[in-house]
This record gives sequence, C-alpha cells and structure tokens, in this order.
Amino acid sequence: MIRLGALAVGLLFVINVLWGAIAPREDAAPDMAKQLHKHPKHVEWTHNGPGNLGIFGTFDRGQLQRGFQVYKEVCSACHSINRVAFRNLADLGFSEAQIKAIAAEYEVAAIDANGEPTTRKATPADKFPLVYANEAAARAAQNGANPPDLSLMTKARPDGTNYVYSLLTGYSDDVPKGWTKPDTSYYNPYFHSINIAMPPPLSADGQVTYSDGTPATVDQYAKDVAVFLTWTAEPKLENRKETGVAAILFLIIMTGLGYLSYRKVWADIKKPA
Amino acid sequence: MSFPWAKQYQPTSAVGKWMDERLPLPRFIFGALGPGYPTPKNLNAFYNFGVLAGVALVIQIITGVVLAMHFAADTRVAFDSVEHIMRDVNGGWMIRYMHAVGASFFFGVVYIHIFRGLYYGSYKPPREMIWMLGLVIFLLMMATAFMGYVLVWGQMSFWGAQVITGLFSAFPVVGTHIQTLLLGGYSPDNATLNRFFSLHYLLPFVIFGVIVLHVWALHIPGSNNPTGLDVKTEADTVPFHPYYTAKDFVGLGIYLIVFSAFVFFMPNSLGEPDNYIPANPLSTPAHIVPEWYFWPFYAILRAFTTDFLGVPAKLWGVLAMFASILLLFLLPWLDQSPVRSNNYRPVSRILFWVFVAVGLLLGVCGGKPAEEPWVRLSQILTAYYFAHFLIILPIVSKLEKTKPLPGSISEAVLAKYGKGGAAPVAQPAE
Ligand code: HEC
Ligand code: HEM
Repeated sequence: MIRLGALAVGLLFVINVLWGAIAPREDAAPDMAKQLHKHPKHVEWTHNGPGNLGIFGTFDRGQLQRGFQVYKEVCSACHSINRVAFRNLADLGFSEAQIKAIAAEYEVAAIDANGEPTTRKATPADKFPLVYANEAAARAAQNGANPPDLSLMTKARPDGTNYVYSLLTGYSDDVPKGWTKPDTSYYNPYFHSINIAMPPPLSADGQVTYSDGTPATVDQYAKDVAVFLTWTAEPKLENRKETGVAAILFLIIMTGLGYLSYRKVWADIKKPA
Repeated sequence: MSFPWAKQYQPTSAVGKWMDERLPLPRFIFGALGPGYPTPKNLNAFYNFGVLAGVALVIQIITGVVLAMHFAADTRVAFDSVEHIMRDVNGGWMIRYMHAVGASFFFGVVYIHIFRGLYYGSYKPPREMIWMLGLVIFLLMMATAFMGYVLVWGQMSFWGAQVITGLFSAFPVVGTHIQTLLLGGYSPDNATLNRFFSLHYLLPFVIFGVIVLHVWALHIPGSNNPTGLDVKTEADTVPFHPYYTAKDFVGLGIYLIVFSAFVFFMPNSLGEPDNYIPANPLSTPAHIVPEWYFWPFYAILRAFTTDFLGVPAKLWGVLAMFASILLLFLLPWLDQSPVRSNNYRPVSRILFWVFVAVGLLLGVCGGKPAEEPWVRLSQILTAYYFAHFLIILPIVSKLEKTKPLPGSISEAVLAKYGKGGAAPVAQPAE
C-alpha cells in the first residue's frame, strides 16, 4: 500500500515537473544592464594580510586616517556614518584631544533649558550625526536619490571593499550605444543598475590635500576611503583575527593531544599488521 | 536496553552510592555515553557527526542566550541592537558570529549526519523511530533558523519572512488566514518580530527534548555501523567510554578548528550581504534568497512553473517542497532491501551518489535567480529527487543482488586490521 501510494505520488510530481521542463517558455528579454555590469576590481589590501587570505594583516593607520579625511572632506556632504561614534576614532590612532576637536566640528540635536529643541557641539560619546533629517529631505536635496549611510556599506555589498573602490573609480563618459541614461544619472558599470545618481565624488587629483606625502590621486583617495569604510563596517576586524589565530593554535594543540590519547586508547583494537 | 555484556554502574564513593539510590543520574550517563554503552567497534569518522550536532546545538543555545541579553525585539531598533552587539558589547562580535556561522555549521553537520544514515541504512528496522525523530529535529531546526534569521531585521530577514509566510497563502480557503496568523498581521511587522523571537527562543529547547528521545530510541538497538550488521557478540563492541569519547574528542577538535576558521577569518562568507541593509518594506531586493541550507528546497519550490490538473503552479511548488521532506518519513518502508549498508548494495550505492550529486546541484540552483538555465535544471533535478525515493528505490531495493556480507563486525574489522590485512573468506548473505 505505502509503496503503491508512493509510486502514484511520485509519478504525479515527476510528470508535473517534467511537463514544466518541456513546456515552451519565452526567452527572457536580454537584459542590457546585466551585460554591462562589471565585477569589482581586485586589490591587495593590507588588512587582508599575505596572499589576500584574510588570516593575518592589520589596517594601515595612516591609510585609515587619510580615508577618514577623504570621507570628511568629500563624502560627508551627502553620506552619514551614523553607526560610528567619535570615540571610535581612537582606533585610527587619533588622540583624545584630536577626537574632541573633531567632534566639536559637528552639531547634534539637543534640548535646551526651556525644553526647546536646539543643537549643541558633539562630544566623543556622540555618533556621527545624520546629514539629512530623514529620507524625504535627502531625496529632495539629491534629485530624488537617497545617499545611503555608509557605516555598513562594505559589508552590505558583495566583495565590499573592492566594490567601493571600483565604484569610485569606475565612472565613465563613454555610454555604450543603445543604453539610455537620464541626465540626472552617471554611467558606472560597477553599480548594479549602471545608472547611478551619485555624481563622481572623486574627480580630480589634488582634490584632497594629504599631509603625509602620499600621492594625492583619485585612485589613492578611493583606496583610502574604501579601507576607512571597511573599518567603519567591521571595527573589530583586527581583534577578531588576533583572537582567531590564538584560538586555532590552541585548538590544534588540543586536538593533537586528543589524537595521541585516541591512538593509545585504540591501540589494542587497531593493531597494525 | 543494550546488550547483556554492558558494564554495570558501580558507585565507588559513599557520595556516589547516596546519589545512586536517590537520583541515579550518574548511572544514566554511564549507560548512555559512558562505559555502559557497548558500541560497534568499526564506526568510522561519519559517526562523529551525531555528537557534533549535539555540540552545535549547545553552542547555539549558549551564544543565543547571551545575544538575547542585548537584542531588542522591536522593528525600530532590532537591527541597531544587533549592530550594538557587534560594536559595543564586549566580545559581542564573537558571540554573534559564532551564532550566525554556528547555524550554518549546525546544518552542515546535520546534513552529513543524515546522509551517513542514508548510506548505511540506519533508517531501516529496527531504527525507524530514531530516523523519524531525527527528521522531526531537522524540521524544527529549519523553523528555528528561519525565525532567527528574521530577528536581525535586515532586508533579507524582512523579505524572507514575506516570501516564506506567503507560501502558505497558496493553499485555497485557509491559506491567507494561515499567513496572517504566522505574521500576526498582513505583512511582517512588530508582531511578527516578537512572535518569532519568542518561538526562536523556545524551539531550541524543544529540539533538545526531541534529541533526548532520539538518543533514547538509539540505545534500544544500539548504533548501526558501516557493515550494517547487527552486533552479535561482545567481540563486536567496545565500551563507548573511553573508546568513542576519545574518538569524538578528536572529531570535535577538528570541527572546532574549521568552525573557528569561519568565525574568525570569514564570518560573513556564508551569509547574504543584503542582510546588512536595514529592512525596508518599500524596497524589494533584486534577488531574494534564503540561507544556503535552504537552497535545495527553495529550488524544488520554484521548479513548478505550470498549472497541472487544475491546481496552480504555486501550490504545486509548495506541496512539493513539503513533500520532499515528509517523504523521508516513509523511507524505512520504501527501501525493501534486507541489507542495510550500501557497501554491499552495488546498485543502490551508485544511486546514493547520484542522489548526493542531485541534492548538491539542487542547492546550486536554489541559490541562483529564477532564470534559465537554472529553472529548467531544477525541474529535471526535482523530477529525479522524487523519482529516486518514490519510484526507483522501492524497485531497485527489491530486485538488487547484494554482495556477500562478512560473518560479523569483528570479522570485518579483522579484514581491515588483522594479520596481513588479508580479507577473510566472505560468507554469503543470510
Ligand atoms: C553629492 C552627494 C554625494 C557625495 C559627495 C557622495 N555621494 Fe555617494 N551617493 C550619493 C547618492 C545620491 C547615492 C545614491 C545613488 C543611487 O541610488 O543611484 C550615493 C550612493 C553611494 C554608494 C552606494 C552605491 C550602492 O551600491 O548602492 C556608495 C558606496 C557611495 N555613495 C560612496 C560614496 C563615497 C565613498 C563618497 C566620498 C568619496 C561619496 N559617496 C560621496 C551622493 C553622494
Ligand atoms: C537550534 C538552534 C538555533 C539556531 C539554528 C539558530 C539560528 C539563528 C540564526 C540563523 C540567526 C540569524 C543570525 C544572523 O544572521 O545574525 C539567529 C539569530 C538570533 N538568535 Fe538564534 N538559533 C538557535 C538558537 C537560539 C537560542 C537558544 C537563542 C536564545 C535564546 C537564540 C537567540 C537569537 C537571537 C537573540 C538572535 C538575533 C541576534 C543575531 O542575529 O545575532 N538563538 N539564530
């Protein structure tokens, strides 16, 4: 009975799904965006360590500070990093006084003595404030587009660090024939829908002045800010890897000892010939 | 329970005796996982995965309870509370990555454990109940993991909840009511998040209870083994402790090394980047996919594209997805071979590996967008999935000529490790 029933149900599903497989279907309309779309460029990052394996490697503090500078001078006009607190900048190698000074450049919402909403200077305990009060305000200011918060950007896109670098250096004026681009958008094949509403933020070498002698090029800005945004998304990255190396060394020793005792326990059963 | 030669628990200390007369818990452990459980001596590494699944559950419960101390089940702050755990809670990133990667590893381990059972015929009499309880655990795990994923309240959480509960709306008449009941509303919202949190906290402990039953049922016939033969004499077995405790310890060490490699060096490699975008009911992601461990079933769901016998394609997909798991409950009666282990079933063994390949390929299809060639490929693979269990296996297992079985487990072990490693004269089956 069970097997007959099973056979009947089996035939029902099999015939049904095979019928679906042979049923003619319309070819999907060729998707030009898909053909134009490019995968991120591949860069070796210091925080990925030797061989880009992601096992060792730490952030380059100088690079993080430069990336922060690019963010502050360029991206912060439109994008917030609202999950990062000013105090977190200590990770970048800034001193307490420097952090206080940076925080003081920003205004955050507050309530005054009469209970009226007002603003005050930010302190290290505050988070980086939002650029726009809400999405509607952002869209109103940005031709209908919404610049996303960048705190988690490198984790919210596949191959995030490479993606941000590629996106920033991937703008092009050669719009392929047959591709339509609205005037308020820019052509960037690394963006999922090719037309991006963000104007090329890094447009000229020398746009940001570096004080540490690093070449002030668009390519370098893009790399530095990509690394900075990797830190904002994963501030515990270095800690995580250090812990990982220690944990795995411990586990290898533990397993090795376990294996020796296993050999001993089983010696009488697994006598080699 | 167990075999007559099983070692008996003898409390040695006064405290031990006192305890044994009042609450014989040590006696219970002694018999379940200690020297009092005689275990076939030929178990290979695939038999480590049962214990590993138990460890994986314990890791989920411990990390989960800690996460729950900092998590806030409110749609306005849930995502932020998870980021707070990642950034501000001491060691929070480690706890959360262990929990997220741990869920994937739990499924990986359980899949290997299930396929081990399929290969060695562990579902066959007298172990049907163990097999079915295992499937109950698997179903509960799927529900738990799905609801846990929603808690993060990222884009995939939200749209996953929408799509999966939406499946129930395919059922006529009651469908939309079921969806409303699951969500606590018409679309995922605060009520959804709260009930999922409540159930996500509850179900792991239900799983724990079913595992107790699963192990209880196991201890009646005892463990199966790679030959599939019944234990005949004491010579076929070794006491679980110290033999298998030592072996499981090595297995656990290797597992933890691989687990740590993921937790510490590539914690997000098994997840969808989209779930790092806070949930937005107004923006549908281009490509809604569940976590990898659901991919084969997602492929089956999407494989049904034509209405058939007056039933809409969507309902067929949902029925097929549920049927693909439920049919495993019938497996002990679908497979008619008197021989358990595929080591001695030449045709079934090939079919087993074909099935493994089909399962893996279905997984690949389930992770891809619903486009050609993936849809057509999933349709062919889905047909094989059902044909394998419901049509091919019942027939093949009846007709197949099995290879001669060794006389006993000891004989099989001697053949491997005995003098010169020479194979003993094989005894014909029966
Ligand atoms: C003039 C305002 C403006 C500035 C300055 C700006 N952006 Fe943008 N950005 C936008 C807008 C608008 C979008 C949304 C684009 C869309 O949705 O088409 C965007 C989107 C993005 C995205 C998301 C792309 C995606 O995959 O969704 C990233 C990453 C990004 N910007 C990085 C940066 C970085 C890094 C900088 C500084 C170097 C920067 N932006 C400076 C306006 C700006
Ligand atoms: C069967 C065992 C369990 C499985 C398979 C499981 C699975 C999951 C999954 C897949 C997630 C999403 C992870 C992410 O992407 O961040 C999650 C989140 C969560 N789980 Fe569990 N879980 C289990 C047990 C528990 C238990 C026992 C608790 C504690 C009470 C718990 C509490 C939480 C909390 C608070 C979250 C949200 C925070 C976060 O996403 O990190 N889980 N779970």
